[in-house]
Amino acid sequence: MSQPPTADKDPSSTSQRGFSRRAMLGALGAGGLGVAAGALGQGILSGSQAAAVPVSDVVEFYGEHQAGIATEAQDRMHMAAFDIITQDRAEVIALLKDWTDAIEHMMRGADVGEFGATGGSYDAPPEDTGEALDLSASHLSVTVGFGRSFFLTNSQPRFGLSDKIPEALVQLPHFPGDALEDARSGGDLVVQACADDPQVAVHAVRNLARIAFGTATVRWSQIGFGRTSSTSTAQKTPRNLFGFKDGTANLKAEEQKALDEHVWVSGKTGNEAWMNAGSYLVARRIRMHIETWDRSSLREQENIFGRTKAQGAPLSGGTEFSEPDFAMEGRSGPIMPMDSHVRLAHPDTNAGVRMLRRGFNYTDGSDGLGRLDAGLFFIAFVVDPRTHFIPMQNNLAKNDALSEYLKHTGSGLFAVPPGIRAGQYLGQGLFT
Amino acid sequence: MKQLRPLYLSAAFSVAVLALSGCTTNAPDSSADDSIKVNSTADACALSAATAPGGTVKFEVKNDGTQVTEFYLLAEDGLRIVGEVENIGPGLTRDLVVMAPEGKYITACKPGMVGEGIRAGFELSAAPEGQTVSADRAELQKQAVTLYAAYVKDQAEQLLAGTKEFATAFEQGDEATARALYPQVRMHWERIEPVAESFGDLDPILDAREADLEADQEWTGWHRAEKDLWPPASGYTSMTAPQRAALAQKMVADTEELQARVLTLTFTPDKLANGAKELLDEVATGKVTGEEEIWSHTDLWDFQANVDGARIAYEDLKPLLGDADAELDAALDAKFSALQKILDTHKVGDGFTFYNDLTEVQVKELSTAVDALAEPLSKLTAAVVK
Repeated sequence: MSQPPTADKDPSSTSQRGFSRRAMLGALGAGGLGVAAGALGQGILSGSQAAAVPVSDVVEFYGEHQAGIATEAQDRMHMAAFDIITQDRAEVIALLKDWTDAIEHMMRGADVGEFGATGGSYDAPPEDTGEALDLSASHLSVTVGFGRSFFLTNSQPRFGLSDKIPEALVQLPHFPGDALEDARSGGDLVVQACADDPQVAVHAVRNLARIAFGTATVRWSQIGFGRTSSTSTAQKTPRNLFGFKDGTANLKAEEQKALDEHVWVSGKTGNEAWMNAGSYLVARRIRMHIETWDRSSLREQENIFGRTKAQGAPLSGGTEFSEPDFAMEGRSGPIMPMDSHVRLAHPDTNAGVRMLRRGFNYTDGSDGLGRLDAGLFFIAFVVDPRTHFIPMQNNLAKNDALSEYLKHTGSGLFAVPPGIRAGQYLGQGLFT
Repeated sequence: MKQLRPLYLSAAFSVAVLALSGCTTNAPDSSADDSIKVNSTADACALSAATAPGGTVKFEVKNDGTQVTEFYLLAEDGLRIVGEVENIGPGLTRDLVVMAPEGKYITACKPGMVGEGIRAGFELSAAPEGQTVSADRAELQKQAVTLYAAYVKDQAEQLLAGTKEFATAFEQGDEATARALYPQVRMHWERIEPVAESFGDLDPILDAREADLEADQEWTGWHRAEKDLWPPASGYTSMTAPQRAALAQKMVADTEELQARVLTLTFTPDKLANGAKELLDEVATGKVTGEEEIWSHTDLWDFQANVDGARIAYEDLKPLLGDADAELDAALDAKFSALQKILDTHKVGDGFTFYNDLTEVQVKELSTAVDALAEPLSKLTAAVVK
């Protein structure tokens, strides 16, 4: 397994407060590790060497940008949006501080709190919920963002922050075909937890929700079971639940210049300066009509995507990474159909705009008609949703042949503040 | 129906990942079958064999050139097309499956899609037992599309006549008549919905639901009238008389345009079969969920009409289902009947129960019958294009 560019090089540089699950693994010895590796099934397969050379599957928490954006996409995700239930600015700040502390712990594979899952009073509930004991850091990244309603509720300012609301943090318009459910949309705060191991991601959200009791309450949460995007050239393009490789042309961590142009906010001054080095997170829960899709011919499927199903090559020929030739003529019109997904989502069709897609396949069981409630939990990070998401989504919703098989049921837009240094808390720039 | 995997157990997660990342070479299986390999380049059209047994014949056409290519199987006269595969991009492989009897043929690759193509003789020997091929499949295909074209024309005419009647009642404020006509007239639209939808500009103007609209987009057509005839209990302002008149007149004008364009359409067997499948998709995603007619709840009228349209296409194509497809034919017969039987139980007078009066159990029963039919129906195209 290749190391992500953000993996820590010197674990000793991070704070050692709190119980380290990794230290516990070491204490258990090789036998214990074998069990852990078996339970994980992946991620720390090289764990048997851990006694000699510590294997790091830790994503660095501190840095210019928050982790979980340009970080090599992990395979599992749990995202939760929260509504703040306090009117007290100090309580909100306290929550962000507590979250920062807990996230820093969990990302390096440590328990939450000073005494962790088993080190505290025998007569008190454990500080950490414990289901991640024996599991490694698992490349956990936790990313925090603010929704528009964090700053304003019914146009009323909250927490004295209404003048700090970035212009780009707009109310998303109604897109054609939207069937958004209120209980799956919006939120004052968002937490994106990604990891190699689903239990580590769920553990993160669970503990952050627990810490938030009394200050914020979970509005919706979503589990994704498989990444649908590559954010590094070292990763293979995965398949979505339609069976296609999508997002072949995704922004990659190696493309520093493109990230600066299309993902990271920069050059903001005054009330928006707190967003510099931050980004905007767009989340869309896109239900797929799996059953009708499965009844469509391979011809239709390939024409809808504009790619071959086997290799992911554009229909204009070549291999997966060949640039599509949109001008190439076929028998009746362009060989890459005008309403094909690749054409409509391509930067050439969208004023050169690119986004960093970091979505996940999801399934939430079945609906009352015996159909899979499954699809894509679309996540994208962009420098400004007004230029980098809304126009493209309007175009896709109206013209994309794929739309017939999709139903957007949830939506969220969040301002993701920059990363922090030790001693700071996430979102601090907003309150100072 | 796809089998569910228990995805919430972490062991199963790993299995799912292996399954997802394990399929690196999904190239068409070429080892086991008897397909004839065709290599198309700028100046050659090489076939792995010049003869093959008749019946179902599969060509695997690889484009090793730099231009888009096509491959044709022509009758001995070099004019009549037995089968063709178009739009093969450079480096890509496409299959052509045809059903053809013993006889002499001509193959042709057409790099650049121009000219006569690179031609050669090709011969089919007697078909293996059980694979009898009608000597004149092309004629059967022609009959099928002629029948279907007549049906579409008839439905479009009835739609126009009905729309005029509805528009008059709606414009004059005769709501009772308009409400009675609404589901009846829409059935003509729903029977030929894939045809109507093939006109990308007319479909949203005539059939957009409110949720389909873009912010600030003008809302016209059937569902605009629907909301005004079955208005929400609160928060809705009824249309004024001039607004109603404008909407009614536009619906008539747009339907006239639709009817005129339908006359210019040409059909092919794959369009019929795909259209039938799409009609069942419409039922599965829009009607059986009650999302099509959220104000009038007349979804079962649309449901019946979609099934009618699919059944007509199937019946027109039936003669093309040869011995090899007898099982498919029998399954389609049975599943159409089974679905119709359930629909019949919801008939009330010359209409149907309103969707919001159906129980969850009844909806599930309908949905299950739709899935049962849609699955074999999705195999119809591949069977009739051969």
